[in-house]
Amino acid sequence: MKTETISERRKFLLNTARAIGLAALGGLVWSAYLDEVTASELTLRPPGALDEEDFLATCIKCGMCVEACPYDTLKLAKPGDNKPLGTPYFEPRDIPCYMCTDIPCVPVCPSNALDIKKVSTNNQLDINKADMGVAVVDTKNCIAFWGIQCDACYRACPLLDQAIYLDYEKNERTGKHAFLKPIVDSDFCTGCGLCEHACVTEKAAIFVLPREVALGKVGDHYIKGWDKSDEKRLKNAEAHITKTELSKEKAIDTLNDMGGLLDD
Amino acid sequence: MIKNKYLILRRVFQIGLMTLYFGANAWGWTFIIGNLSSSSILGTIPMSDPYAVLQMFAAGAVIASDIFIGALVALLFYSLVGGRAFCSWVCPVNIITDAANYLRRKFEFKKIQKKQPATRYMRYWVIVISLIISFGFGVTAFEFISPVGMVHRGIIFGLGFGWAAIAVIFFFDLFVLKNGWCGYICPIGGFYSIIGRFSLIRVKYDEEKCTLCMKCKEVCPESQVLFMVGKSSDQVLSGECTNCARCIEVCDDDALNFSIRDLINKKNKES
Repeated sequence: MKTETISERRKFLLNTARAIGLAALGGLVWSAYLDEVTASELTLRPPGALDEEDFLATCIKCGMCVEACPYDTLKLAKPGDNKPLGTPYFEPRDIPCYMCTDIPCVPVCPSNALDIKKVSTNNQLDINKADMGVAVVDTKNCIAFWGIQCDACYRACPLLDQAIYLDYEKNERTGKHAFLKPIVDSDFCTGCGLCEHACVTEKAAIFVLPREVALGKVGDHYIKGWDKSDEKRLKNAEAHITKTELSKEKAIDTLNDMGGLLDD
Repeated sequence: MIKNKYLILRRVFQIGLMTLYFGANAWGWTFIIGNLSSSSILGTIPMSDPYAVLQMFAAGAVIASDIFIGALVALLFYSLVGGRAFCSWVCPVNIITDAANYLRRKFEFKKIQKKQPATRYMRYWVIVISLIISFGFGVTAFEFISPVGMVHRGIIFGLGFGWAAIAVIFFFDLFVLKNGWCGYICPIGGFYSIIGRFSLIRVKYDEEKCTLCMKCKEVCPESQVLFMVGKSSDQVLSGECTNCARCIEVCDDDALNFSIRDLINKKNKES
């Protein structure tokens, strides 16, 4: 039998193809993994952190913020924490952010992933500008909403009466007492988590979520007619009238027309 | 003369450095804070991993001046002085891979596995792929999977499941590929190989003293850099040499030694 020697060119092409194949496979697995870990959107970041997307690109994972934190609030994500590996985060139920006025974690950041500008007013550090997250009340499991007097979160809040205020309401069931319902104002809440830490229920009935997760968005087409500044948005507005099949008839007729919804 | 003085020195240096980092986090020492990704020496000299910074750049991050200067400091130090010394003198994973390699030699694995079924260029592909993925996803791709990061962060901030990464590297190096992680895959090593080729501290080989026992080639984690052994007296100029000095201390004939790069001779040869 004749043994054919494999030409150098063929060897080269084969090896190249193998290398490309291996690289593509590795790249694919790698990308899939990254897609998975960077999608964990419930991670709470230190004060001044850039938006999650920029933060993940900018944080060099050196842990200097973790070392600077005097309360051991910040942790660096380890394998098994289900957070983007090596990035700083905190869990308020465990240890909240104590809102140091000198914000030691931010200026030490060498990569500016924690941005001093985001927590300063007029070049002065201002921890009240932090937006680590926003507190959300689970009204079904908050005992204050049951009528039991509890103001643990309200008292714990460093922005008392601003970030959390109490809504007084008559308790019709007893006729004697009042509800003192804690309400979070997301304009002031910094997401420090002192409320979540202080909550007396077994699992906190008030808890901090990242702002993008916790807050809704109404869209531009709703306008507060009672708000002068908001009303201004209507100034140069134009009316667009859309004609559909339905708008040819009068509104009442449209409502009365069952249009085949019922069997005859 | 102590037999393994460089090995002992290296271990002291590696463990000492990690102790300093650990002490900074645990007890507030201020000599060197941070970790191997980015640190600050005595609160003034920044030092950052230039490969990580390159990924940040690919990911589209705005590079802060501290990080940029830190990367330059590291880049200058390793390209002028240390070469790939980061791998053998600083990186804690080196202890794991050296342990696996030691066991390989002890149990004479080379009798079973003769050929290495991989190419050492793999690490350079890993660099390229990591930069492409960093660019595409806008994150520092390798930093999110780096076992090196897991291990050194693990020592300083707590390990978590990082022990699994240690085990994987250990068993991979022990059973799959000799020096597999450091010699074939790790892009940090690859990166320092590229910049380390210019450094001034070089191992020098003297053919006249050599008795061809080949102990150096056996112990060297990057044995391809010792290609001149038995052929010609030369300096080890490949950037892949980690300056670990194992070859120097296993040589019974004093044929290998540290030297300063011979810039003048080289120029003469070229002209």
